Amino acid sequence: MKPSGEKPRLAVWKFSSCDGCQLTLLDCEDELLDIAEAVEIAYFLEATRSTRAGPYDVSLVEGSISTPHEVERIREIRRDSALLVTIGACATAGGIQALRNTLDHDALRASVYPSPQFIDALATSTPVADHVAVDFELRGCPIDKRQLLETLAALLKGRKPTIPDYSQCAECKLAGTACVMVAKGVPCLGPVTQGGCGNLCPKVGRGCYGCFGPKEGANTAALAAELAKLGADRRSIRDLFGGFTAGAPAFAEERRRHER
Amino acid sequence: MDPAVVIPPQGLDDLIGILDAQGYEVLGVRETDGALELGPVTAAADLPRGRIEAAEAGSVRLVDGPRAAFFDHTLPMQGLKRVVYPAQERLYTTGPDLVAAEEPVEAPPRAILGVRPCDLAALDTLTAVFEGGPFVDTRFRQRREALLLIAVNCMRPAATCFCASMDSGPRAERGFDLAIDELIQAGRHVLVVTAGSARGQEILEQLPGEPAEEADLRAAREGSRACAEAQQRRLDEGVEGLLKRSYDHPHWAAVAERCLSCANCTLVCPTCFCGTVEDRSSLDGAEAERWRRWDSCFTLDFSYLHGGAVRGETASRYRQWITHKLAHWHDQFGRSGCVGCGRCIGWCPVGIDITAEAAALAASEGRSELSGEEI
Repeated sequence: MKPSGEKPRLAVWKFSSCDGCQLTLLDCEDELLDIAEAVEIAYFLEATRSTRAGPYDVSLVEGSISTPHEVERIREIRRDSALLVTIGACATAGGIQALRNTLDHDALRASVYPSPQFIDALATSTPVADHVAVDFELRGCPIDKRQLLETLAALLKGRKPTIPDYSQCAECKLAGTACVMVAKGVPCLGPVTQGGCGNLCPKVGRGCYGCFGPKEGANTAALAAELAKLGADRRSIRDLFGGFTAGAPAFAEERRRHER
Repeated sequence: MDPAVVIPPQGLDDLIGILDAQGYEVLGVRETDGALELGPVTAAADLPRGRIEAAEAGSVRLVDGPRAAFFDHTLPMQGLKRVVYPAQERLYTTGPDLVAAEEPVEAPPRAILGVRPCDLAALDTLTAVFEGGPFVDTRFRQRREALLLIAVNCMRPAATCFCASMDSGPRAERGFDLAIDELIQAGRHVLVVTAGSARGQEILEQLPGEPAEEADLRAAREGSRACAEAQQRRLDEGVEGLLKRSYDHPHWAAVAERCLSCANCTLVCPTCFCGTVEDRSSLDGAEAERWRRWDSCFTLDFSYLHGGAVRGETASRYRQWITHKLAHWHDQFGRSGCVGCGRCIGWCPVGIDITAEAAALAASEGRSELSGEEI
């Protein structure tokens, strides 16, 4: 993707988020040197204050768009980036902070801040793809290290990243994890959630809480009906769909159906 | 066939000891974290003695059974498929020389203690798939040939079982090295062990037991018959034609309203064999690996062809699965793809029942003889 001899330039950007997804890049301890060898880290404030101006070959964008300033900034980054990859639940679905999307923003702001007039925020927290074109999305809260490495390796060689679109159930079955819902009646979002986390919750006996967001064609209504049969009340079903990917349309819609 | 032998329940430990001494890794059904799975067994005490599944559509819960039988439970969550066809495996690695080095096959001798007749039938079905055509999957074959199969004939069905209607149980007629009938009558608890191969016969001769009496053999056969009769679900032979006539049936949309397209049914199915091949490369591009992993016709990517996926809708994915399994499998492999183990019914998170769906299609044609449970 670059003239020979020149390394591709990687930039890592933060928007409204907790830093956990870009931390995943630093968590690539064994592979970090390989990454530094393969790319020039041109902008990555969590790792180094040394920065280089654009353009960039690959931009990893963490965080949701939740202020007027962020709306402007993401457009500049898009202009400066050949490939823009969003990483994590905030950047791909609006994050936990998207819970405010269905609430009265002014009242919410006044309830949190003593002087709300200084808070210059949007009424909604939205995914990056609502604002600029995104080339690839990595799900998760946080993202999975192996998926990040696969995505970088693929993009650096100009191939499509191999990121499966299957459900969390597929991860359970591949790993040999017993279904917590069928075997124990534990409420689980696995059947409607995209896999990829490494089977983190079900393998320790917990239900999936959907941090990779809805899988394609998520049939949330059918799952919610089954959760009700298992004894979950409307409020707990609403809250289950109101987690880190609450703003993803399929989950937001199911949550809305369980308001009241 | 040489005569069967009757051994006391403690004979299971002798059996495990003999297998261990012969160099087999012994795998059996174990209760782990609320479910049955196939895992290493070093003593009869590892088996889920006295436990049974309270299985229904969408629910498989382990509970105490009425008696201290070793084998009143039925099936581990996943069958032999995992053993002969790993969920994911590396096939090749290559480096800058572009020479592909095939990954060696891990195929240690394994003895499977407690294979149910439906899972034996499923292994036979998988063998037809992977070894039956002109291109033999040698990785599968090496693992399969390393198996010693100790069947257990079922004396009690789970509510999800329907092997009797698929002619694949509850009594194993062939395909095993040893078969066990567990008899508990009037305070007497014994295992009737029958050899089905020369290797099995050799092991049988080392077991401390007495030749089986005709009464025990009769009781064993009677137990199987009663188990078949106690099955609550069934699929009719006519299902093949029924599905082939049902391509445009409105019922598919009704199933899709409930179906999560989560792929659980296919991944617990002991005969679903679909896999995908993925290539991975290192960051510097100098090393590459080729992996194979289980795939499912319930994912969107599964039907991706140039330009897009063919089966975008859940209705078309469910139709594809059940029609291949119960109808087109006959054209492809000369048999049904279903052995009636019922895993797809029990382990479906929303309890979609293959026998009930077939029955619903049949009912709409006015053919009530194809009855599943209640529709």
